[in-house]
Amino acid sequence: MPNSSAEIEYLENKARIIRHLIVKMIAHAGSGHPGGSLSIADIIACLYFKVLRHNPKKLNWEDRDRFHLSKGHACPAWYAALAEAGYFPKDKLLTLRQLGSILQGHPDRCTPGVDVASGSLGQGLSVALGMALAGKLDKKAYRVYCIIGDGELQEGNIWEAAMAASHYKLDNLCAVVDYNNFQIDGKVSEVMDVSPLKEKWLAFGWNVLQIGGHSMEDICNAFEKAKEIKNKPTVIIAKTTKGKGVSFMENVVDFHGRAPKGREIEQALEETDISDLEG
Amino acid sequence: MADLIYSRDVYGKTLAALGRRHRDIVVFDADLSGSTRTSFFAREFPERFFNFGVAEQNMFAAAAGMASCGKVVFVSTFAMFATTRALDQVRNSICFDNFNVKIVATHAGITVGEDGASHQALEDVAFFRALPNMKIIVPACPNETAEVIEEIYSVPGPVYVRLGRSKTEILDRKYKFSLGKGFILRPGKDVAVVACGIMVKPALDAAEELAKKGINVYVVNMPTINPLDKDLLVSLSRKVKGFVTCEEHSIIGGLGSAVAEAVSEASPCLVKRVGVRCQFGQSGSPAELLEKYKLNSHAIVDSVHQILDEKNSP
Repeated sequence: MPNSSAEIEYLENKARIIRHLIVKMIAHAGSGHPGGSLSIADIIACLYFKVLRHNPKKLNWEDRDRFHLSKGHACPAWYAALAEAGYFPKDKLLTLRQLGSILQGHPDRCTPGVDVASGSLGQGLSVALGMALAGKLDKKAYRVYCIIGDGELQEGNIWEAAMAASHYKLDNLCAVVDYNNFQIDGKVSEVMDVSPLKEKWLAFGWNVLQIGGHSMEDICNAFEKAKEIKNKPTVIIAKTTKGKGVSFMENVVDFHGRAPKGREIEQALEETDISDLEG
Repeated sequence: MADLIYSRDVYGKTLAALGRRHRDIVVFDADLSGSTRTSFFAREFPERFFNFGVAEQNMFAAAAGMASCGKVVFVSTFAMFATTRALDQVRNSICFDNFNVKIVATHAGITVGEDGASHQALEDVAFFRALPNMKIIVPACPNETAEVIEEIYSVPGPVYVRLGRSKTEILDRKYKFSLGKGFILRPGKDVAVVACGIMVKPALDAAEELAKKGINVYVVNMPTINPLDKDLLVSLSRKVKGFVTCEEHSIIGGLGSAVAEAVSEASPCLVKRVGVRCQFGQSGSPAELLEKYKLNSHAIVDSVHQILDEKNSP
């Protein structure tokens, strides 16, 4: 089914809101990981406001689609989406990383909507695999979505999970690689090259889709196509820009793990302004 | 000679029986199902058994995902791989989330035998004892193993059960296993010998030998190392001159450490630890290795004498 332009615009606006909230909460917290949060804003907006069957009022609904953020450091994007979707009040976002907050520095089950903690890279695809196996076992129709980082692909655990997912023919599992080509120490291609990604995933028995990770149309279409594939898991390799949406953060490795400060905060808030959407 | 039985056989049979009663049990193994005996469950419930191949990190993190969907996941492999290979996954995906994952590892300790040091887990209890939410149980005999496996199904959160490779005797016990409880197998007065796993039998033998010389020691089976039965230890500490702990594990971080920590905080007294010094094992028959690493009744008797000598010297 083609996506209507109204729906695309709706989702793009959700992504804008998520970006704005990411900047706001990380700036307020004074620490965090803006680069990799901003790079997944469009994907997570599409998931939470179109793809996922979920109900913020029924956290333990057995038939809900599962989402797991394996690259846990990008949790500001997840928290923003959860708040925007109504899992908890938006004012909680400004408690990010504070003592006793429901919004920990890395995902924790104390956050409504977070089913499994993450943060130590490489484990999340396995966690999603466990959820997908449970779905098959219980003959449930739910699907499992998992966002993994490109630097994270350097973890051996990811490839153990990749092997098992195709072995068990988990067509209810869809992974998204946030291919922004930066990790803490520099370019992924220079620190430890993970390419060629398509060939690697194909060799592991996955259905592979390659898209531009900031084109809402591409993202929607990819998730739709993934649902049609039978007997194998799908990976969407999404080419993204680290820090997308804040000009001085884009492709700047320093903003992998540092909050904007002073004048930077003003500029970042200006560039992600959503006042036209409010009121 | 008493009958010798594999505790892992008992584990496999008990797990399959539990599987008949509880549809929410799912079993994971990493290419060792024949050895760990999860193959019994697999044969009966192939749809609820998942072999992960030689990929423990994936297996343990997937157990977390499966448990998040309401399953009780029994995960088995050798103790060496259950602890060190996937420790990050067990810590961050299982313990942190307090998921219902029951890790039942076999082939723990020096009695793995001929396979040698790379396969002899002597530090596993130490690693897991530092993890919040992790319960740790070391059954003393095949019958106790059956009771433990039955009980942990309904114990919430992660549990680690440590089993050996070799056949062992069924102990004559007058109690039923209960999590967090130590059991006095033999009353005494001079020293309390606290043992777990396969070291309970030599502890009883040592007590018998000492009794012939007029020395009466308590023998306590302490199958649960976490949570430890501190009340029992503290009450004993007020009656005896010291403790001897016995375990088929490093003296660092295991039962000996746990007992020493508990009594030193509440009611300090001497604690001598019988166990493997901080060293690696090697190939050999289980009997040879137990002798070589002084995991036997002689070492326990010597430690009791040391306590009495130190306490009796001016």
